[in-house]
Amino acid sequence: MDDITALLPAFILLPLAVSVCCLLVNNIRVCVAISIISAAALLILSASTLLAINTYEAGILRYAFAGWGQPLGIELEVSGFTALMTALTCLLVFVLSVYSSVYFSSSDKALRFWPLWWLLIAGLNALFLSSDIFNIYVAFELIGLAAVALIAIENSRPALIAALRYLLVSLLGSLCYLLAVALLYREYGTLDLAQLANITSDSASSTAALMLITVGLCLKTALFPLHFWLPAAHGGASAPVSAVLSALVVKGSFYLIARFWLDTLAPAASDAGLIILGVFGAGAILWGSVHALFASRLKVMVAYSTVAQIGYLFLLFPLMVGNSQTNAFEGAAMGAITYLIVAHATAKSAMFLAAGNIMRIAGHDNIKQLKGLVRHCPLSIFTFGIAGASLIGLPPSAGFIAKWLLLSNSITTGQWWWVIVILSGGLLAAAYVFKFLNLAFTKDDDTFNKANIVSKISPIMPLCALALALLTVVLGFNAQWLLDVSGTLVYETTGQGFTGQNLAGVAQ
Amino acid sequence: MILSQLTPEIMYSASGIALFGIGLLGLIIVPHIFRKILAINVMGVGVFMLLVSSAKRANLDADPVPHAMVLTGIVVAVAGTALALFLVKKIQDSESLEKSQ
Repeated sequence: MDDITALLPAFILLPLAVSVCCLLVNNIRVCVAISIISAAALLILSASTLLAINTYEAGILRYAFAGWGQPLGIELEVSGFTALMTALTCLLVFVLSVYSSVYFSSSDKALRFWPLWWLLIAGLNALFLSSDIFNIYVAFELIGLAAVALIAIENSRPALIAALRYLLVSLLGSLCYLLAVALLYREYGTLDLAQLANITSDSASSTAALMLITVGLCLKTALFPLHFWLPAAHGGASAPVSAVLSALVVKGSFYLIARFWLDTLAPAASDAGLIILGVFGAGAILWGSVHALFASRLKVMVAYSTVAQIGYLFLLFPLMVGNSQTNAFEGAAMGAITYLIVAHATAKSAMFLAAGNIMRIAGHDNIKQLKGLVRHCPLSIFTFGIAGASLIGLPPSAGFIAKWLLLSNSITTGQWWWVIVILSGGLLAAAYVFKFLNLAFTKDDDTFNKANIVSKISPIMPLCALALALLTVVLGFNAQWLLDVSGTLVYETTGQGFTGQNLAGVAQ
Repeated sequence: MILSQLTPEIMYSASGIALFGIGLLGLIIVPHIFRKILAINVMGVGVFMLLVSSAKRANLDADPVPHAMVLTGIVVAVAGTALALFLVKKIQDSESLEKSQ
């Protein structure tokens, strides 16, 4: 156990080191080689951390830098939930790194891509592993700056404007968060998340801090109606960047909102606030889905679909209303949300990669001009279909299990009105996925034929996308396994063991 | 009466929060992009002031942790501002390129 704990800093230090190496060597082949080897190493490390923590009784590992523990030093902390998130990050990073090694056509872009890519990964891992609210701020800024720069390497005018807008939103969100950190430090004199969870009370500054954190992080998560920056930013970036932004970056800030509302600042959270978050989530599902349906560009459609899927995540909060007497960062609804995060991350990154392939082949992603496309890139369309099935929530995909858990939670907590929102969101998702598939399969009167093909793509690109899409199906077939893992792994600070039967009961 | 309760800590904290508010207002209502970037910096200064003023509590020696946080925060603010200014320049360059063609 000590071995794994001692390796925890590698999740942050290795990406930082690779980033600096890629910047210094200035040679694409070396960059690609270092990156793929490091991504594989991180994947193995994260898988062993996940396994270790799953067999470890305390369910939490802590690493104190240089032996300085809290309250003075800085610590890394792995709970079950964060181990799962880190494993998900490392898995996606590995597949996306392989994809990116063949994606960039110009060497200039590739050289800019790799150092920023690894900075972003360092930030993501730091965000999930930090147990210190100020380090989390630094991780947010690292992610924000790297993500903005990654969008800007596209170098087109719309991408630059989207990047600038994303930067301003991201800085605003971080400053709101930092103000909350200042208020919390003033009141409680500690920055450690677990320590804060034990001593926070329902004071005025706790409430103000919770409000600031919610507004700041909802901006970063792009919760409706603060999603205005997302479609242009996610739709304008290059394919692997869009995939990681939609799959992981927005989830990072969501994880912190959930942790503050349900654990760290739970005494200051009110039932009304939980329900309001749910209402915004419901708004996001409907608004995002309708806009996805009417989007004219494929990548913008996928980006609006992310807005809708973020809405589902926020349904966690109202489902926790009756749960306030127990430590609420655990329980059946949290299991459903964990599942949804994994399901959406795999499906959405597969979809963005497929859209990237289509864009590379056709040279554009104007949906109406892609009639009859299926003959020219069958694998990418197939991938898009599987990922779409998961977003709609069709069995046997992971999306189906996630939605099923959400539905059963809504009914067992007596909040049937969310069922209507979840089901209509699924119908709208079906509408926009099939709208595109229908056009792609249209046979006569092809607007898209051989003459329209701009460039051929490496076979690795569709295979990477397909691997991610198949992962959603594998997760769907192994639902009980993932529920067991997240069941024993759900975060808890009070020391009471989590009852894995809760989740198993929901799944049956 | 009120003035006698106005210790330096409270004054600094209040002006920190006021600066944050002014910056936020500027970010939202001012259309000019440079002023928006400035407004974000004003907000940052407000937060830093609040942090620094929280270092002195209950007549103990000054707490060094907020100072460390402010130092880190300043570095991050400089990086963010630099990136924002660079993006603005790139956008303006592409604008003038379009006009000249």
